[in-house]
Amino acid sequence: MEKNLNLNLKVWRQKNAEDKGGFQEYKLKDISTDMSFLEMFDVLNEKLIVEGGDPIAFDHDCREGICGSCSMFINGRPHGPKQGVTTCQLHMRSFNDGETIVVEPWRASAFPVIKDLVVNRSAFDRIISAGGFVSVNIGNAQDANSILIPKVDADESFAAAACIGCGACVAACKNASAMLFVSAKVSQFALLPQGQPERKQRVLDMVAHMDEEGFGACTNTGACSAECPKEISLTHIARMNRDYLTAELSTESK
Amino acid sequence: MTSKLDSKIPEGNLEQKWTKYQSSVPLVNPSNKRSLEILIIGSGLAGASAAASLSELGYKVKVFCFQDSARRAHSIAAQGGINAAKNYQNDGDSTYRLFYDTIKGGDYRSREANVYRLASVSSNIIDQCVASGVPFAREYGGLLSNRSFGGTQVQRTFYAAGQTGQQLLLGAYSGLQRQVGMGNVKMYARHEMQDVVNIDGVCRGIIARDLTTGKLERHFGHAVLLCTGGYGNVFYLSTNAMGSNVTAAWKAHKKGAMFANPCFTQIHPTCIPVSGDHQSKLTLMSESLRNDGRIWVPMKKEDALALRENRIKPNDIKEEDRDYYLERRYPAFGNLVPRDVASRAAKERCDAGFGVNKTGEAVYLDFAFNTIRYGKMEATKKNMHNPTDLQIVEMGRAVVKEKYGNLFDMYQQITGVNPYEQPMMIYPAVHYTMGGLWVDYNLMTNIPGLYALGEANFSDHGANRLGASALMQGLADGYFVIPYTIGAYLSKEIMTKAIPTDHPAFEEAENIVKATIDELMAIKGTKPVDHFHKRLGLIIWNQCGMARNAEGLKKAISDVQQLRAEFWSSVRIPGSANEMNSELEKAGRVADFIELGELMCIDALSREESCGGHFREEHQTEEGEALRNDVDYKYVAAWEYFAGNNWELHKEELIYENIKIAQRSYK
Repeated sequence: MEKNLNLNLKVWRQKNAEDKGGFQEYKLKDISTDMSFLEMFDVLNEKLIVEGGDPIAFDHDCREGICGSCSMFINGRPHGPKQGVTTCQLHMRSFNDGETIVVEPWRASAFPVIKDLVVNRSAFDRIISAGGFVSVNIGNAQDANSILIPKVDADESFAAAACIGCGACVAACKNASAMLFVSAKVSQFALLPQGQPERKQRVLDMVAHMDEEGFGACTNTGACSAECPKEISLTHIARMNRDYLTAELSTESK
Repeated sequence: MTSKLDSKIPEGNLEQKWTKYQSSVPLVNPSNKRSLEILIIGSGLAGASAAASLSELGYKVKVFCFQDSARRAHSIAAQGGINAAKNYQNDGDSTYRLFYDTIKGGDYRSREANVYRLASVSSNIIDQCVASGVPFAREYGGLLSNRSFGGTQVQRTFYAAGQTGQQLLLGAYSGLQRQVGMGNVKMYARHEMQDVVNIDGVCRGIIARDLTTGKLERHFGHAVLLCTGGYGNVFYLSTNAMGSNVTAAWKAHKKGAMFANPCFTQIHPTCIPVSGDHQSKLTLMSESLRNDGRIWVPMKKEDALALRENRIKPNDIKEEDRDYYLERRYPAFGNLVPRDVASRAAKERCDAGFGVNKTGEAVYLDFAFNTIRYGKMEATKKNMHNPTDLQIVEMGRAVVKEKYGNLFDMYQQITGVNPYEQPMMIYPAVHYTMGGLWVDYNLMTNIPGLYALGEANFSDHGANRLGASALMQGLADGYFVIPYTIGAYLSKEIMTKAIPTDHPAFEEAENIVKATIDELMAIKGTKPVDHFHKRLGLIIWNQCGMARNAEGLKKAISDVQQLRAEFWSSVRIPGSANEMNSELEKAGRVADFIELGELMCIDALSREESCGGHFREEHQTEEGEALRNDVDYKYVAAWEYFAGNNWELHKEELIYENIKIAQRSYK
């Protein structure tokens, strides 16, 4: 049942990319356990505005866990304490009365802070531009049912494609590696017949671009998958590594 | 009909209009395409697919979105599916039937020619998406799977669990990013369009604001495509994303583009009910759930009361004491009646005192019956002759989980209740807007060079959209319609050189945008933007929501006018205009929503009939069904803006040559 909480918040404030930034403390009273985490931030921001302060900037949009905008690092974990949940779907019933909650932006040199909790994740878009597609022109595709795809492959491909591109994997990783994100896209196409013609080139190009953007290397810790709000599996990284090795070793089509 | 509205529908019979048009529309040769620039505002299904298609054809394209990436546009949140007349299920589907269902579902307030074109390209959309690697749900034989949606009696909906919009958008997004990588599209993320720039009555560009720095930018284009979605957030609480807004369409409207049927809004029957004042948005539970969920309220008021007071649980109510009111009222379509009908029926039961949650505004969506049915099917498949009840339930739940798992998880996250064990509680919420910028057959507004695609236009869904048709329309417009129709205009523009953005028209437009921002920042009032947005939402929801009447609408108009005055004198926007400032962004959007809210009520007041999502209490049958007036209102209401928030109504008469219009019945 619904309860009310009193909370202490420690939130990262940073005026812009050049600013050094630091934590600010706020106290909130009577926060309903039915509120979402972002609605709690709405209450805090409204209070700040009315008191003449500067509201906290944070990314958010759909508030139903699918657009991938929200990106808060809560008590040392991307998207907070719950498994398989984005910040916007996290509800205050997951917290206790009197608790101190620490909120930071994603920390990675490839995701520079723009303001407060807002970071620049455009590196992800550039990785997709490097190869995260099937090169098919628009207009004259063959009949959809002329491509048969075993259900297990389609389901596994879908599970990879469910990635929302939020960047939690990078934020969770001690090396700020983007392997889970990149492997999810590589896997989605590697599992489908449509992805075969460009399979080798795709993985080479996407991995090369990932490195260029300054993401770290993968050391198989698994924090990315453990913290992923869509629970994208580590097996995609294994598949990508296999594909990468095969592509590197093969002489044709590099 | 006024001369200002020429729908440009091609001659010929319905089946041939589009194919004839395709082979006769003027083309632009490849070298000319390279010097023609197209600005696309919005990166959802319509915008991303248009950008991918047009850049592939060779045009120079710029795409603008307010989110941090094109992939976050709100199409991503569409859940249930996308319709296409493939007839893969051999259940009697055809292009004509999809066309007919859409026109009927829209309560005979959409254009025949546009809807027929939509139905006829629907199959190509599925082909295109599969070819580009969209992982749709499949059967064990490797073929695509289908399910049913409201307002139809065939299974024509393609889906990817409850994340179809995500998969389709990511498909279009990857096509867009491919073009970005090749240098054919320049992407402007975290940019918001602030105004269109017209020169001699022709659209020639836009003013955009860089949301990171606050800097205003001028962009020239031979054509501008508004793919900016709907205006459901006028209600504050809706299933739209927090940032979804009407600003681009509204600015175009104030520069002369007509706004059509603004009062046609869709209230979706199955959303998670409001839980408290803190609520910032409402969450949809996909219509696909009505394939397997049965909707009911208690038969007895005392049971409803006991449920509200938490004295009993829904599963305590015996089968014979439950009222499956949709199955009772509409036996032919049952739980799969169209959205407007299902929403009104829920409201009717709750208004009569049978609502089930603490606010009295909720009904049940119950999966118990079909869970057991699926469990028994699984038992048969697995050759289990004497399965226990528990085994049946467990196997049934596994099937339900595979179909709707993400939706059930989302429900549990938000409400804290496990929907596998207890029925979901749902209530109608604002979801989609059928109204939008008026466009002709080419998807061009009445301003030459300015187009509107997807939900931003008014053209295909009449007074009520059928489920799984929004994704279809967004991709139809972007992948298959605009690549042809834009040639009709741009073939005449090949001699137009890029106009330098120091042209006085750009300067003037930028100055006006800057003056508006300065005015907002200078108010320095006492109340945050959300305060006004919430009040606007309540006015529109109460008076221009699921049921409307003349008295309420008149009051709403004066309330909105008063709210506008208050907003412009007492809103408080912190910070400055030269930095990232989300309060300033919201303020600009809410200012436009307030003006739109007034026009919605004016439109609803002038339409003295009930049709689709527009239900005027004065116009209903004895059984409480919508009563249309085809003699006087069989038209598109297109509103022209005049300074000082005055509007003039233009009518585009709707002509039905291929469908016999009738009282809509789902009984």
